[in-house]
Formats: sequence, C-alpha cells, structure tokens
Amino acid sequence: MARYIVSRVGQALLVLWAAFTISFVLLQAMPGDAVLIKFQNPEYGLSAEQIADIRAAYDADGSVLPQYVHTIGNFVTGDFGYSLQAGVAVSAQLAANLPSTIRLAGLAFAAAAVLAVIIAVLSNLSGFGRLRSFIQSLPSLFVSIPTFWLGIMLIQIFSFRFRLVPVINPGEWEGLILPVLTIAVPISAPMAQILLRNIDEVLTRPFVSVARAKGASHAFVLWQHVAKNAFLPVLTVAGVLFGELLAGAVITETVFGLNGIGSLTEQAVNFQDVAVLQAIVVISAAAFVAINLAVDLLYPVLDPRLKTKLGAVS
Amino acid sequence: MTISPVGRLEGTVLPAPVLDVSGLTISYRDQNGTRTAVHGIDFSVAPGEVVALVGESGSGKSSTAQAIIGLLPENGRLESGSIRLNQQDIAGWPQKRLDGIRGSVVSLVPQDPGNSLNPVKTIGRQVAEILIIHGKASGAVADARAIELLERVGLNQPALRAKQYPHELSGGMKQRVLIAIAIALKPSLIIADEPTSALDVTVQKHILDLIDELRRETGTAVLLVTHDLGVAADRSDRLIVLKQGKIQEQGRTADILANPQSAYTQRLLADAPSLNIRQRRVAAVATASQGEASDDIIIVEGLVQDFSLGGKDKGLRALDDVSFRVRRGTTHALVGESGSGKTTTIRTVAALQKPTSGKVIVDGLDLSAPPRETLRLLRKKIQLVYQNPFGSLDPRQTIAAIVEEPLLNFEPVPRAKRAEIVASTIEKVGLPLDVLQRRPHALSGGQRQRVAIARALVLDPQILILDEAVSALDVTVQAQILALLDTLQRDLGLTYLFVSHDLAVVRQISDTVSVLNGGKIVESGAVEDVFERPQSHYARELIDAIPGKKYPSLAGQSLSTHSGNIR
Repeated sequence: MARYIVSRVGQALLVLWAAFTISFVLLQAMPGDAVLIKFQNPEYGLSAEQIADIRAAYDADGSVLPQYVHTIGNFVTGDFGYSLQAGVAVSAQLAANLPSTIRLAGLAFAAAAVLAVIIAVLSNLSGFGRLRSFIQSLPSLFVSIPTFWLGIMLIQIFSFRFRLVPVINPGEWEGLILPVLTIAVPISAPMAQILLRNIDEVLTRPFVSVARAKGASHAFVLWQHVAKNAFLPVLTVAGVLFGELLAGAVITETVFGLNGIGSLTEQAVNFQDVAVLQAIVVISAAAFVAINLAVDLLYPVLDPRLKTKLGAVS
Repeated sequence: MTISPVGRLEGTVLPAPVLDVSGLTISYRDQNGTRTAVHGIDFSVAPGEVVALVGESGSGKSSTAQAIIGLLPENGRLESGSIRLNQQDIAGWPQKRLDGIRGSVVSLVPQDPGNSLNPVKTIGRQVAEILIIHGKASGAVADARAIELLERVGLNQPALRAKQYPHELSGGMKQRVLIAIAIALKPSLIIADEPTSALDVTVQKHILDLIDELRRETGTAVLLVTHDLGVAADRSDRLIVLKQGKIQEQGRTADILANPQSAYTQRLLADAPSLNIRQRRVAAVATASQGEASDDIIIVEGLVQDFSLGGKDKGLRALDDVSFRVRRGTTHALVGESGSGKTTTIRTVAALQKPTSGKVIVDGLDLSAPPRETLRLLRKKIQLVYQNPFGSLDPRQTIAAIVEEPLLNFEPVPRAKRAEIVASTIEKVGLPLDVLQRRPHALSGGQRQRVAIARALVLDPQILILDEAVSALDVTVQAQILALLDTLQRDLGLTYLFVSHDLAVVRQISDTVSVLNGGKIVESGAVEDVFERPQSHYARELIDAIPGKKYPSLAGQSLSTHSGNIR
C-alpha cells in the first residue's frame, strides 16, 4: 500500500511538472506581454525608449530557457513571483482569493451531490409513469443549461422578481446561495445521470433478487444493497467533474461579482499577467491531482474487492 | 385440466400440498407486444417432497419459479391462475404483502452464486439480514445466529467467513452461504433455481447432498428447477417436464424415466448425455492408423506454465509437467474443474501464449521456438470454437462476413472463390444457405454454434480446439452439435481437442482423455478405461459426481436421429 501511494504521488508530481511546462510554453508563445499592455497605456505617457528600459529591467525579451529554469526553481520553493498588474506578490493574491473559491466550490460540489441523490431517490421511489420519466430527463436538461445564463436567470427570478435573496450587499452566506446553485446544477447532471443508470443496472443484478427473496422491501434493497454499489462509479466521475467546478467558478464569480480565483483568472487573462496565470494553472492542476488521488485511495475503503489484489480462486 | 393422475397415489390420503399451482399463465411485454411464456400450468408440491421442474431454455421453468416467489421481471405479468402456498392464494398479492412471506415461508436458492451475493457487504451481514428483516433477531444475536447457520451448511471457520466478503470465497462456498440464507427461517418451500449449474461437478454433488440433508432434517419441500435431467433424476421424487410453457408430462420420477409418455420427454431423455452411456463410435481414422504411434498430431511434453502475480510474489504455476499425445483423427478430452489448467493448456497448444518450459509439437511444427512463419502456418492448422455462441460472433456482421473473415488473413483468394468456400462450409455444418445474409441475432443458439464451427472450418484446419463448445446449449441442441462434430470428424479426418467440465459429454465424444487437477495430469488413457476403472482418487471422485447415476443406462430407448434437424 505504501508503495502504491509513493508511486501515485510520483505520478502526481509528473502531472504537475507537465502542467507547468505546457502552460509556460503556451504563455510564452502568446504575442504581446504584460509589460507592453501595462506600460503602453497612454495614461502613463511613456516614450518608446522608456518602455524599452523597463522591458530590459524585467528581462522581458530574455531567452526562454533561463526564464523557465528560473521560474520553475522559484515555484519549487513556493515563490510564485509578482503580479505585474497589481504589483503585489502572486502568493498574496492567491492567499486573498483562494479561501472564498474553495468555499464556493466545496459548497457547490456538496450541493451537486445532494441534488444528484435527490433526483436518483425521487426517480426510484416515484413508481412509474410520467413523473418518473420527467425526473429522469432532468439531468439532460441540467447539463444543457449554460452557467452564465443560469446565473443571470437566478438573479432575475430570485433577487429581482421575488426579492428572496439579495444580490446587492448580501450577507456573507446569503450571497453564496445563488452562486452555489449556479455551479451545482450543471455539475449535478452527470452525477445524477450516472447514479440513475447505475441504480438501474445494479437493480438487475442477481443479488438484488436474492435480497428481495429474503423478504426485503424495495426501499430496504435500495439503501442496503443498491446504494453503495451504484455510488462507486460516481466517485470516479466526481474526480473528473472537479475540473468543471473550476471552470464554473470562473464564470460564476464574474457573473455575481465575487472575489476569488475565478475573478483573479479573468483579470489575469485580460492583462496577460503571466506570473498569475502560471500560478493559477499550477494550483488548479495540484488541486485536480490531489482530488483524483484521494478518490483512488478512497476506492479500496469503499470496495472490499480492491483491497486484496488477488481474490480467492473461485 | 387438473393435477395429472400420476402425481397422486391412489388410496392414500395426501397431506395438503405446500404449493398448489393451477392455471398459471405468465406473459411478457416487449416492443413486439405481449408474449405468453407459461400457458395455464397446474402442479403441486407436497410437504417434504422434491419436485423437479425440467425443460430447455424458453420452456418457462424459470418464469414459473419467479412467479411463485413473486419476483417476475418488470415486464413480466401473472395473467391468470392461482398460486396457493399453504392454502393461501398469493397470486394477486401486492409486493408489500409478499415481503412478509418471502424468506420465511418460501425462499430461494439462486442460479449463479458468483453474482448472487452483494460484493460490498460481509457474508455475515448478508446472512443476518434475513433474520433482521423478519424481526427474528437483531444486533449481536443475529450475528451469532448467522455464524451458526454458516456452520450448519458446512463452511469451515464460520466466524472468519462471516467477516469475509463474497470475492474471498469460492463458488461452492458462496452457494453454501446462499443455502444458509434460504434455510434460516425454516421455510415450507425452497425454490432451487438451477442451484448448481454454475458449479464444478464435485461441488455440485456436495451442494445437492447438502440441500437433500437439510430438507430431510426440516421437512421442507423443494421445487428444483433444472435443465439437467441427470440432476433431476437423482434428486427428485416427482418430475414435471415443461416445453414452451406447457406441461408435457408429470409424474413420479422413476415412472417417467422408465416409461416416458410424451415424444418430447422421450427425446429429452435420449439426448441427455448423463442418462445415456452411449457407446463411442470407433474413430474411423484411428482404426485405420492403428499402431502407428508416429501419427501423433499433437505432442505435449513436460509443459510448464508460470504466471507472475507482480511484485515480490513467487507467482503461480498453472501447469506443472503436463504431457499428452493426440493421434490424428481422434478426439482427446481435457477434463478438470475450474482452475485445473484446461484453458492454459489449450492456449499454449494454440500458440496463444508461450510456455515457461516444455515442448509442444503440432503436426511436426515445434512451438517451443516458433519462428513467425511457423505461427502463421499453425493458425491454418488449428482453429478454436468457444463456449458462448452469443458472445463469439460480431453482432453487426452478416454470417457470410463472419465465416469469410479467416480467409482474408492469409494469401488472397478471389472474391468469387471465397463466396464458394463460405457457401460450401455453411452446407457442411448443416445450415441452409439463406442464413448467409442474416446477422447472429436472427439465429438460435445451436445455429450460432454451427456458424462458429463453420468459421473454424473455413481455413480447412486439421485440428479443432473445442473449448466448452457445447456447454451453453440445451440438451437436444447439444446432441445435434455433437452429432455434427462426429460427422465432420469422419468426413474431414479432423482431430479434436475437447475441453469440458461435463464428463458425460466427454465420455460420449472422446477417444482418449486427460484428467487435470491443479495444473497436473492425474490420469490419462482411453476414455473407457478412465471412466470404468479410474486409478486416481481424484478421477474417481470426479466420475462419481456425475449426476444421473441413480438410473443407469436408459440408452436402450434412445432415439438415434439427431443430425439434420436444426433447431
């Protein structure tokens, strides 16, 4: 087991390095750079010579390889450099923005899981007919809703029309309700869909008939026998969905005017703030890798078949 | 229609039946409308009695069993009729009410022990559950009772087993666990739905013995659903023969076996390999080349196969010094239980894997150090036919394309010539030419297996490896395929390497046999010698476990026309 974890952590580091390198190359390949964008601004009234001096000071035209080695060395020691735009350390910006995004993403993920389970339970307890097929079509509906549109619609309906949730100067938690919902709805769709399909599949397995033959009720079978088996594949998807969670946060934070990694990303992209973007890419990759590692390590805990590599000869 | 008179003994007052089914009609809804699977059948089961429900696939035997325990599939419907369980008609009961009697009055021993236990729950919990559901025990008491039950069904170290998960147990052990669940509340009736079909023959015997013993102890009646007439003959008091949802015949098992009334039952009995020790015809080619030991087409010497399990493990020795020879034009059978090394052996002979050590010579080609060209030549000489005719044919290809495919892998043959070869091969296996444009789903299991044989024959090979090739088929279809294989062997001089767990079939088709156990050959020789006078303990045990012993050789009444007629 220890060996497994070491090899997985090794793989994770490799992924991080690849993410860093690819993003570094792509960011370098972009035409123009942050120095130009910032100091070409007519407000500064700088001459071409002055700009050239500044560029030299920042080593903006230096060769790529030393920059790469320099930057990666800094990243390894936890120094993410300085944001050109804001003029502060990137690590300070991250420290200011990360907690709110983690809170938003965490809540949204939990809400999505709850939503998916509600859909699955309703669909399996509502018997048959129209209600069931309506509930089963919800995931397809949810997944086709664009995040920005959903955010705007939620504000329109719940804040402006019914005045249920304030959007202007909301309380700390109140302000999270709509953004969390906005992210949760599209994320819940694939989870619900996989859960529904798995429940249907597990219900056809012989051990379910055996449980029914013991005299267990439908609800008992669902909770005691189907739930855990149907949930296992959802776990895999949950890891992958984490990526969408980040994308969802970028749009949602912009729509709702929230501070966080999303809005930080948006500004950094606008100003080609390479140092900030580089840090965000690496941080996102690290989070993604960590979540998927956690999922993989969780599997043997939930599924006893994965604990021993070689089962009894049957 | 009332209960068949044979079922009741005249002059005796019978106790009220545990189960009394009358006019039971079951139908299934699908895209094509409603299809009736069971047509108004009547039968009853007396207390403590074992009644066998036999029939081929599609006979409605499983539907009947499922209806009795109220677990028809979602699209199944009980159209009419009554199911009286201890005098109560449960036919119209809603599921909620049925929950009260399932497990306590009627219980189930399922077909497939491998998939019938929840993989993520411990054995102990799954046994204790039935006590908890019916409010008979809870908590530590239920757990203790579960361990007692596991001990009762003959599991060693029951306390340890209770803490294990299903994948840590063998198939036979899992079936014991399922039996423990079925007997936990001492029900009046146990429905055993093909309880041993997925198990090795020696395990089958132990499981059936266990059911018998528990039944005698508690006086529980058993409805034994099976396709295996040998099992039904050995284990039942009465027999019900079903065909396409109708009862063909029912009565005392001994009577039916001795004197079957319906033509269908007669054919079924004639086709059942376990009930007929049919004399193996002397292989035509074998006699011709008698004495010429040099004409061994397959020579396997000292074959060893190790599999590494990764990591520091020592690895697994799947084959240990396996040697045998097969003479050209004869059939050699490899028998043994799962894990004995049968599959590994044939994979090596077919050069699908390299042996760790040892020698394999196929028709003069040494496979120990095969150059590329040898392998290509070998592929033309050896072909495989697999067990599952449903999985081994690509559902999107036409039969013509399936049979033609091997021809495309070797030197080019003109299109017209290919079509000609395909057509003649299809005729060889006894299929009409109009199947060529159809796809596998339009064919029956037997027809599909004929297609698989045609695909193997199209390259004009000398050796066919038949890997459980008839195991998934109904007995009458099985008999037809075996007859076909026999004809092909005579006409084409083929050599068969026949792998099967079904010893009755092996006895019928093979000339020589090797018995494998734990990767070693424990006995080999001519089939009569091994079956009549087994030398090793293991071979004796294996042969003793073949069902159908209670009524030896009914071959006298067998109808001998199988070939030609295709189902």
